[in-house]
Amino acid sequence: MTPFLEVKDVRKAYGAIKAVDGVSFDVGPGEIVGVIGPNGSGKTTLFNSILGQIAPTSGHVEFCGEDITGMSPLELSRRGVGRTFQTLQVFVKLSVRDNLIAAAQEFKGTLGGRLFAKPDAGLGDHADQMIELFRLKHVAHLPAGSLSYGQQKLIDIAMAFMAAPRLVLLDEPCAGVNPSLVDQLHDRLVELNKTQGGSFVVIEHNMDFIMKLCPHVICMVEGKVLAEGPPAQVQGNRAVLEAYLGN
Amino acid sequence: MNAQMKTGILVASLVVVAVVASFAKRSDVYLLTLYCVYLMATFGLNLTVGYAGQMSLGQAAFFGIGAYVAAIALKAGVPFLLVLPISAIACFVVGLALGFPALRVQHHYLAFATLGFNVLVYLVMRNEEKLTGGTFGISGIPRPSLFGVSFDGPLAFFFFTFVSLIILAFFLWWLLRSPWGRAFAALRDNPIRAESLGVNITAYTLLAFAIGAACAGIGGVYYASLVEFIEPGPFHFSTSLTMLLAVIVGGSGRFFGPVIGTIIIILLPELLRSTNVSWLKFMQTWYLAVFGVAVVALMIWLPGGILSIGDRFKSKEVAK
Repeated sequence: MTPFLEVKDVRKAYGAIKAVDGVSFDVGPGEIVGVIGPNGSGKTTLFNSILGQIAPTSGHVEFCGEDITGMSPLELSRRGVGRTFQTLQVFVKLSVRDNLIAAAQEFKGTLGGRLFAKPDAGLGDHADQMIELFRLKHVAHLPAGSLSYGQQKLIDIAMAFMAAPRLVLLDEPCAGVNPSLVDQLHDRLVELNKTQGGSFVVIEHNMDFIMKLCPHVICMVEGKVLAEGPPAQVQGNRAVLEAYLGN
Repeated sequence: MNAQMKTGILVASLVVVAVVASFAKRSDVYLLTLYCVYLMATFGLNLTVGYAGQMSLGQAAFFGIGAYVAAIALKAGVPFLLVLPISAIACFVVGLALGFPALRVQHHYLAFATLGFNVLVYLVMRNEEKLTGGTFGISGIPRPSLFGVSFDGPLAFFFFTFVSLIILAFFLWWLLRSPWGRAFAALRDNPIRAESLGVNITAYTLLAFAIGAACAGIGGVYYASLVEFIEPGPFHFSTSLTMLLAVIVGGSGRFFGPVIGTIIIILLPELLRSTNVSWLKFMQTWYLAVFGVAVVALMIWLPGGILSIGDRFKSKEVAK
């Protein structure tokens, strides 16, 4: 399978601390890859290095054969790369529906053209479908900031998929979400993977979730890839167990 | 309240203002016109600060640039209909330039950057005598005359300003309802997320400053025609603070926030000062102190501005 995303020997150091230390991996089209590892293992720094939030010290990132190393988040979003953040990142004063429209409207026409576009930028129906998919219909017109953490997390994730990106990097989508919503989230992601056909890279601490969702898992420890492969194989890896539980 | 009711209330309010102005004495007509002029500037500031989340303490500078461009051009015989876009474009361009610091700094740092800009513009107005008349200012600024109709009289000029304000407000309402309005809100609420979703935060930040500045410039044009004499005083940074106060007191990021806020800062002190109610006579000397206390109390009780009062009661209902 031709790689869709290629991460080649990415390093990020803060002085003497090597937050990411030579990480390489590939993601194929439509593939879902999980990234696990104890706190402080460099997962989010790796994400931020891939996604232009911080500049990697060295290494390369290629997306569909193009070198995207150090590109700004804006340039990446225009190439079809979406993301969610570890903490909630919704537009608190906008309604749920407006949050979803805002997440995709900038991909419709030109800046000048959008001034004269319909208020919903022609995305109303799509936003309603996403609201339906994420079971948010009863709160669609409420300000996102007035909703529960779990509901905001669903909005946050739904926003990342509104523009049908080709690659989405999800940073701890289950963090702070109650168990019933975790199952719902799993189902929604599987459905989006089928319908939109994009590739996902998912950082997560919830092992059940990641083992169920991702056919390929990477385990990071101290900035390096410790193990990778099918979930069962990684889960049974002695070094991985030691990294999580100690000797 | 449905949209039809809201539109009905709005139209009725506009009619009431027009009727009140028609029967008001000359000084009150002047005050109402001054209110309309300031509202043009605070509407623009609300876009910059309230909708796009960019702090600005430089709105009076744009108000001044608009006024001086208008004064110079009108005295040179340039038609008012040409002066208006010239002033708006001049302020738009300067506003774009002032937007650049906002790409690097935010919040109180940005406030000081814009304040510095206001001080700079004020000094140019005061010291560049050949262009601005310095502290002597520019006098004899003519009032507009369009298609043979003169707006020289106080009431005629009020209605001219009032209609212009309605047109400007409609334009801003339309703009904020468009996807641009949503992008401004995204920029205000979470610029990092906005950028990751393809929002060009550079473009929208600059536009927020430029459009807000153009509104102030338009207000400045009407101000110059209203007072017929301008000097640097009204464009001091203290006016920028007053304008920001109007936006915050009314309800920052709410369309009608400046409408209420500008009443508080322009009309309320005058109403207090000129009251004839016997037990309120003390206001004639104490009006500024009472005004100050009222603003402090309001900010403690309603930090989201007067128009947030509905939300406050709603949240109390939810809490019950």
